[in-house]
Amino acid sequence: MRLTDAERAMLDGERGDACSRAMDLLVRYGEALGAECLIETRNVAGAFNASTPSVRHMAEDGFDRVFSELNLDSDDVVEIPHMAVPTCQLITGIDTENYALQGVDPALAEMQVAGERFFGRRGINMMCTCTPYQVGNVPVRGEHLAWMESSAVIYANSVLGARTNVEGKESAGAAGLTGRIPYWGLHLDENRFADRLIEVEIDVDDMADWGLLGYFVGHAVEDAKPAISGLGHTPTLWKLKHFGAAAASSGGVELFHMPGITPEAETLDHAFGGSARPQPIRYGAKERIATWESLQSAQDRKVDFIMLGCPHNSIEQMAEVAQRLDGKRIHPDVALWVHTPRAIAEVARRSGYTEIIEAAGGVVMSDTCPAISRRLPEGVRVIATDSAKQAHYLPAISSRQGWFGSLAQCVDAAVTGTWTGGPT
Amino acid sequence: MTDTAEKANTIVLRGRGIVPGKATAEALTTRQTISGWGGINEREGTVIELRHELRGQSFAGKVLVFPGAKGSSGWSAYWHMLRLNGTAPAAMIFTRMSTKIALGAVVSRVPTITELDRDPFEVIETGDLVEVDADAGTVTVTKPG
Repeated sequence: MRLTDAERAMLDGERGDACSRAMDLLVRYGEALGAECLIETRNVAGAFNASTPSVRHMAEDGFDRVFSELNLDSDDVVEIPHMAVPTCQLITGIDTENYALQGVDPALAEMQVAGERFFGRRGINMMCTCTPYQVGNVPVRGEHLAWMESSAVIYANSVLGARTNVEGKESAGAAGLTGRIPYWGLHLDENRFADRLIEVEIDVDDMADWGLLGYFVGHAVEDAKPAISGLGHTPTLWKLKHFGAAAASSGGVELFHMPGITPEAETLDHAFGGSARPQPIRYGAKERIATWESLQSAQDRKVDFIMLGCPHNSIEQMAEVAQRLDGKRIHPDVALWVHTPRAIAEVARRSGYTEIIEAAGGVVMSDTCPAISRRLPEGVRVIATDSAKQAHYLPAISSRQGWFGSLAQCVDAAVTGTWTGGPT
Repeated sequence: MTDTAEKANTIVLRGRGIVPGKATAEALTTRQTISGWGGINEREGTVIELRHELRGQSFAGKVLVFPGAKGSSGWSAYWHMLRLNGTAPAAMIFTRMSTKIALGAVVSRVPTITELDRDPFEVIETGDLVEVDADAGTVTVTKPG
C-alpha cells in the first residue's frame, strides 16, 4: 500500500508510539483489503467502552491497556494521546444512570464512568448512542468517515451521502489517532452504484412497514446495494433509520438508494450509474406477510418485556410513545423500556414525555440496549418490540421468545400483558 | 503410501495471503457466512446463530473455510477475543472480501488466504487435512484415505 510522507512518519513513530501502532494496524488492514492507499477522515465513530465483563480484567490494568489491545491490536501497552480528529463513542453496555435496573454491579458501572472520563479527556465525544446522526454528528455529502455500527453506516451512506465502510473497534481506534482509513469499498465513486432492484408493489407508510420492507430487502440482497423503486410515501428520518437498521440486520446492506429521496439517486438511472437495471425483486402483500412471520420467534402470548427504541428513538418517537401511554398503566407483570440518546432524553424530560412514560410505569433508558448489554429485566420470558433489528437479534442473544409488531401493538401488550398483534 | 497415491489425494490451490503464517489442520467448511457479535461464542470458538448449519460446532483449531463475514460491526472485536481466549481457528480460507473479514482476520492473526484460483467449496470438505501457507499463497488439501 502506498503511504504519504506524513503517513510514513507516523508509522516510523514521529508522532509517538500509539500513532505508530495505529498506522501499523491500518497498513496490515489496508493490505489485507487490497487497498491502494489511505484516505483522510475527520469523523470517526467507534466503540471504546470498557464495561463488558470480558474486558474487566484489562480495565483493571488501566484504560491505556484497553485501548492498546482492543482499539489498536497492539502487542504492548502504549500511552494513548488525544485523538487527532473528532471521534465519538457509539452505544455502550451500561446506562450510567439506570445501571441498577439493568442489574449491573455498581463497581462495573463505576468503571464505565471512569472509562468515559478517560476517553473523553482524549477527545472522544461521549454520545453513547447507535445514532450519532441524531445528536449532532451529521456528516455532509461526500464526507469520508470511519464509522462502526451497521445501522449508522447504512444511514450515513444512503440518507446523508457520506462515505464509510463498516469499520471495527481496532480500525476506528486507529482512525481516531491518525485521521486515516483504507481507501477501499464505499469510499470510491465506482462502488456506490446500485446492483439490485427492489420493486415495491404495496403501500409502505407506517413505521412497522418500513421495518418490514428493510428486513425483506436485507434477506433478498444480502450485502449488495439495492435501489428501491415504487415508493409512494416520503419517509422521515426515523422511518429510514428503522428501514436501514433492518436491512443491515437481515442482510449486510451498507448502502441503498431510493430515487427522488436519497441524495445519490435523483432517478433510478442515476442509482445504477447508467448501467442496465437487473431483474426486479418484487415486494408485495405475500412477501410482506412472510417477512412479518419470519420476525416472530414467540409462541407464548403472555409477554413480560416491551423493548422500544432500536435504533435509539428520535424525539418524535418519544413524543408518540408518551402520547400512546398517556393516562394508561402498564400491567404489573410487564416491564417497558424506551431507549433514546441521552441528549434526546433531556429534551423528552423537558417536554414532559418522560413524566408521562414513567407515570405509566415505563422507564426511559439511554447509552445502551438489551441486545448490546445482554441485560434484561429479571425473569423475562417473552419480549415484544417495535424494532425489526431488535426482533432479529435479542431473542437469539438472550434465548427468550420474541414478538415483533407496531408501536400501538407493543403499547397494547404493555397494558394488557397479552400479545394480540398480527400483520394488520 | 507411494508418491503417486499421495499426489492423487493431494490438491494445491493458489491465492492471496492476507495474514501471514502457516498452519495445518482439519478443515471445517460452510457455504454460509458467519456473524461475529451475536453469531459466535468467543469463549468456546463455536457458532451459536440459531439457523446456521454449523450451530453448536467448534471451529477452534480448525481450518475454517467459509464465504466470509456478515452482521454487526463487532465482527473484528469477536475475532480479536477468539485470539485472546485461545479459541481461534488454526487458519482461514474465505471467498468474499469485506472490511469485517479483513480486519477480523488481521486482528485474529490467523494465517488467512483468499482469491483462490479454484472454488474452495468444490475442493475442500469438512475433515480434509489442509495446509494453509499464507506466505507462499498456497492451500494444500489432502483427502482422507
